Amino acid sequence: MNNNPVLNISIFAVFVAITLVVVIRASRNQKTAADYLAAGRAFTGPQNGIAIAGDYLSAASFLGIAGAIALNGYDGFLYSIGFLVAWLVALLLVAELLRNTGKYTMGDVLAFRMRQRPVRAAAATSTMAVSFFYLLAQMAGAGGLVALLLNITGKGGQAIVIAVVGALMIAYVLIGGMKGTTWVQIIKAVLLIIGAGVMTVWVLAKYGFNLSTLLGAAVDNAPKFGEKILGPGLQYGATGTSKLDFLSLGLALVLGTAGLPHILMRFYTVPTAKEARRSVVWAIWLIGLFYLFTLVLGYGAGALVGPDKINAAPGKANSAAPLLAEALGGPVLLGLIAAVAFATILAVVAGLTITASASFAHDIYANIIKKGEMEDKEAEVVVARRTAVVIGVVAIVGGIAANGQNIAFLVALAFAVAASANLPTILYSLFWKRFNTSGALWSIYGGLSVTILLIVLSPAVSGKASSMFPTADFDLFPLSNPGIVSIPLSFILGYLGTVLSKEKDSAKYAEMEVRALTGVGAEKATAH
Amino acid sequence: MSTAEHPPAESNPVGEHDWEAVQSSPEFVELRRRLRSFVFPMAGLFLVWYLLYVLLADYAHDFMATKVVGNINIGLIFGLLQFVSTFAITTLYVRHANKHLDPAAEKIRNELEGGHA
Repeated sequence: MNNNPVLNISIFAVFVAITLVVVIRASRNQKTAADYLAAGRAFTGPQNGIAIAGDYLSAASFLGIAGAIALNGYDGFLYSIGFLVAWLVALLLVAELLRNTGKYTMGDVLAFRMRQRPVRAAAATSTMAVSFFYLLAQMAGAGGLVALLLNITGKGGQAIVIAVVGALMIAYVLIGGMKGTTWVQIIKAVLLIIGAGVMTVWVLAKYGFNLSTLLGAAVDNAPKFGEKILGPGLQYGATGTSKLDFLSLGLALVLGTAGLPHILMRFYTVPTAKEARRSVVWAIWLIGLFYLFTLVLGYGAGALVGPDKINAAPGKANSAAPLLAEALGGPVLLGLIAAVAFATILAVVAGLTITASASFAHDIYANIIKKGEMEDKEAEVVVARRTAVVIGVVAIVGGIAANGQNIAFLVALAFAVAASANLPTILYSLFWKRFNTSGALWSIYGGLSVTILLIVLSPAVSGKASSMFPTADFDLFPLSNPGIVSIPLSFILGYLGTVLSKEKDSAKYAEMEVRALTGVGAEKATAH
Repeated sequence: MSTAEHPPAESNPVGEHDWEAVQSSPEFVELRRRLRSFVFPMAGLFLVWYLLYVLLADYAHDFMATKVVGNINIGLIFGLLQFVSTFAITTLYVRHANKHLDPAAEKIRNELEGGHA
């Protein structure tokens, strides 16, 4: 690649400088826990919708999906459809009810009518697990991206860059809190969508705005697979097991989104349930539009760059979008797209960090250790800030250790845990009167442990050349994606745990349901 | 101090209400019916529609690779229809909520909060 690291770094430095100024400005008037952890609940629906898109469209979405389409054709497109359709679960079943009943975390909603301490501990455990896997994926991805964009191929050099990314992220979260982080997401989302949009129009213009001609050019440039790239099956269609694996992945994608804690937390940054609904609507349109762009970008990279050149580049599939940018607009466009990709990692990592630290400060410190006495006090913010530093350091160390690991696998793991441990528990709490503490604990801990156990026993961890431990051999479970087993199992566990316990609090469910549906007593925006 | 029927005030920032009475009031029952009768069938519908697509893409490669216009095949059209259905369901839900859910929820909320806004 005709790369210019100095140009790439300069453009990225401009982004960092601008966002830091915005974050510092946003940090004024930030005193209470509601300010720090929920941005004073003062963002509008459209603003939050753009920020959600910023949180959701990670580097794995942008570089990963475009690359998968460029190399494997249609199968890459399947990912984006699962990621998009998933938002209907959030829109129809979760967002508004969650906004009306919670304050800062997923634990607020799950523990509402249960015994507080055990359920909050479980919710915090699974929040941290999902955030940690997701965080690791982003940090590991940063290493690969560095290799690609800055021509830093040594592991030591990459480790330094991962540490810099982590330190920047800690700074954003410490200074800006949820408000600053949200603005970073908004800026990043706008840049990413505009960048992808410009490239999409550019690619289409080269083929007379005719999608069929573009697809034809991609086929002509893919001598190995030819017409096969236009249909499904190249990546997942080889054997019965791989087909089942894809079905399992499809389930985790569509049911995982509405259980991702860093997405759920965004609904607390708006003043009302109606604004939460508007934010999801904005997010759906933006995310949908973006995935349509990636379809064109993926086939465009196949047609204009070609699979051979992409496979030969460092980072392979992940380099498809940057290589396409270079083919279209030379080093300047490459630098811009590279900076956007970096910004993407930075923003997503900041969002994950504030979510995990909020869960620790609010669920574990304020409500379990201090039994609710410290809720909304300054101490909660202090603990959240300290936790953010700890999580940041863990993420840097973990990211350096996980550098080179399969990113898609780590993201799929996060989605599988979210779909198995979180979503069943959220749906039962919101809609099932009989649900109780024991049911919540069974579905969270059961879903979490089954998912992790199946992953450990899967070919993603051992037994194959592409595994995490290629030389070991304990792959007793044939699928890399556990969702098809773990999601139904978690629903069943939640049911069994509930009916096997006598606990039942109809009065508290009545309060929760009335508040969820009407918004009575919902947390209001703080006035400044 | 407190009994099961009367939770302590500090755990109830909204003030005392007989939540079970509100929950069984005809107005609230109607609001819940309007919400559930829309979101449950709609959620079932899009999940079935999505699963149909995933299963076809997973197990009916030849069918999905059938060309319709130029290089555009059934799989691509099917995939793009998933985008269309997602956008359509979103729009339908927003219209339903604005028209049938928000006014009913607001009425109950105002009564409970004692406001006359």
